[in-house]
Amino acid sequence: MTMRPRYRTALFLAPAGAWFLAMLVLPLLVVIVYSFGERGPAGGYAPAFTLDNYLNLGSRWTAFRNTLTMAPLGTLACLVIAYPLAWFLAMRADARWRTLLLVLVIVPFWTSILIRSYAWIFLLGGQGIPSLLNALGLGNPRLINTPFAVLVGIVYGYLPLMVFPIYVSLERLDKRLLEAADDLGSPPMRRFLQIALPLSMPGVATGCMLVFILLMGEFLIPAMLGGGKVFFVGNALVDLFLQSRNWAFGSAVAAALVLVMLITVTAYMRFTRRWAGGRDDVALM
Amino acid sequence: MRLYALAVYLFLYIPIAVIALFAFNAGRHASQFEGFSTQWFGKALSNPFVMEAFRTSLTVALASAVLATLCGTMAALALQSVGGRLRAAFDALIYVAVMVPGIVIGIATLIALVTVFNWLNPVLAALWPLGAAAPQFSLGYGSLILAHGLFSMALVIIIVRARIAGMDRSLIEASADLGATPWGTFRQVTLPQIFPGILAGFLLSFTFSFDDFIIAFFVAGSKTTLPIYVFSSIRRGVTPEINAIGTMVLAVSLVLLITAQGLLQRGRRRA
Repeated sequence: MTMRPRYRTALFLAPAGAWFLAMLVLPLLVVIVYSFGERGPAGGYAPAFTLDNYLNLGSRWTAFRNTLTMAPLGTLACLVIAYPLAWFLAMRADARWRTLLLVLVIVPFWTSILIRSYAWIFLLGGQGIPSLLNALGLGNPRLINTPFAVLVGIVYGYLPLMVFPIYVSLERLDKRLLEAADDLGSPPMRRFLQIALPLSMPGVATGCMLVFILLMGEFLIPAMLGGGKVFFVGNALVDLFLQSRNWAFGSAVAAALVLVMLITVTAYMRFTRRWAGGRDDVALM
Repeated sequence: MRLYALAVYLFLYIPIAVIALFAFNAGRHASQFEGFSTQWFGKALSNPFVMEAFRTSLTVALASAVLATLCGTMAALALQSVGGRLRAAFDALIYVAVMVPGIVIGIATLIALVTVFNWLNPVLAALWPLGAAAPQFSLGYGSLILAHGLFSMALVIIIVRARIAGMDRSLIEASADLGATPWGTFRQVTLPQIFPGILAGFLLSFTFSFDDFIIAFFVAGSKTTLPIYVFSSIRRGVTPEINAIGTMVLAVSLVLLITAQGLLQRGRRRA
């Protein structure tokens, strides 16, 4: 290795840089350019400069409304279920088992979301939980292809992503603060509300942002568990690009989606900076 | 508290267990367990469409993971000695690659590649020597590998950089003081320390590509990956064969993930 270090650095960075430029920067620029164009006569794209696609976004308002209702709802459901588990892992779990328990939370997140959603088609379908309830004389509710099924799928899919950041912030919390409050006679609920909860807010914010962002782009869960009745922006995008082949309008929808996400992330950054004076680690592994 | 945690773990693992259980169901019905059988695994493994999709997924996952690990590790190493704007640019690119939803990446890649190919193919045909048919660019293995590898590479850079940051610097200085060449120091000191991170990055990259549906859905062209096959089968109805395929897919990713986790945890403890 007699190469000058500067050239070596450039050589090492070049493949990654080229890959990012060709497969990330260029495609995203194409989306922005196309969003101001027109639909070609046989689908696809025809060059033009018009704002019509953006002015027309209202025609997909249902998809945006569904996404903007189900994404916060799903995020909230994940938070409510994840917080106590994160608390247990950080405060109560036996140190010998903690690593294993954490790994068991994260592992499902990395397995196929397709197969995991399929599992719920199986469980919520007519022959699954509804028939079980029926046998117990509790009625025969319709579960699959409802907003409830989509919500279950969302919680199932994204719970691990919420548990982890909250765990990290609770685990770092100085436990002596809680002990001191206890010694000074503070009741458990007040200790939690005044010490633990505020100090774990960065983790809560990180978890909420991660889940919310991924939910904004979700396609598979509503497609599989919502039966076409719960239509997200992701489903509208698949329709626009693969069925009606209106690339120009589809690009505007995609650009609008990314814009809404950017606004969310910016709001999140402001929020955490105010809460904790710094950013918490986004630890996914 | 314990009971609550147990309930959440059951919620996480029962659906997976049910899928696996019904893959071993002797009966045709997806709802009633009628005895143990491995016939659906046999059916799945002798279905030529399943095997073709499996081969495609395996090829794409392996190629994208190898390329992403190689380029990602090189970039992570080089980024140590880079500052200022270039470093900020890479940080931004990594952030965008991880944060932009898969569906937008899929769409963007689809329309960008189709546009480039529509422009490139006639040019290529015009330049090609007479008589021979010019090769045509089209979506397929190449686009799948490059689109999957993009996200994987960002992931590898994040993981390997974290390992480098947690590395014991004094060993590198000691090695240099004792007269080792930079290459010798890299091979004997740096590489062994960051290797678990590289391997974990590779395994995660493989798993990501092997499991990905949404990006592949847009950029696969005429190819069918295993998740695309499963998705279109589910649309036609729930069968025990899908359970068998699903169980095998889950088993593959579980083994790889647990290995990756082991490597990362071991590294974290030592650091």
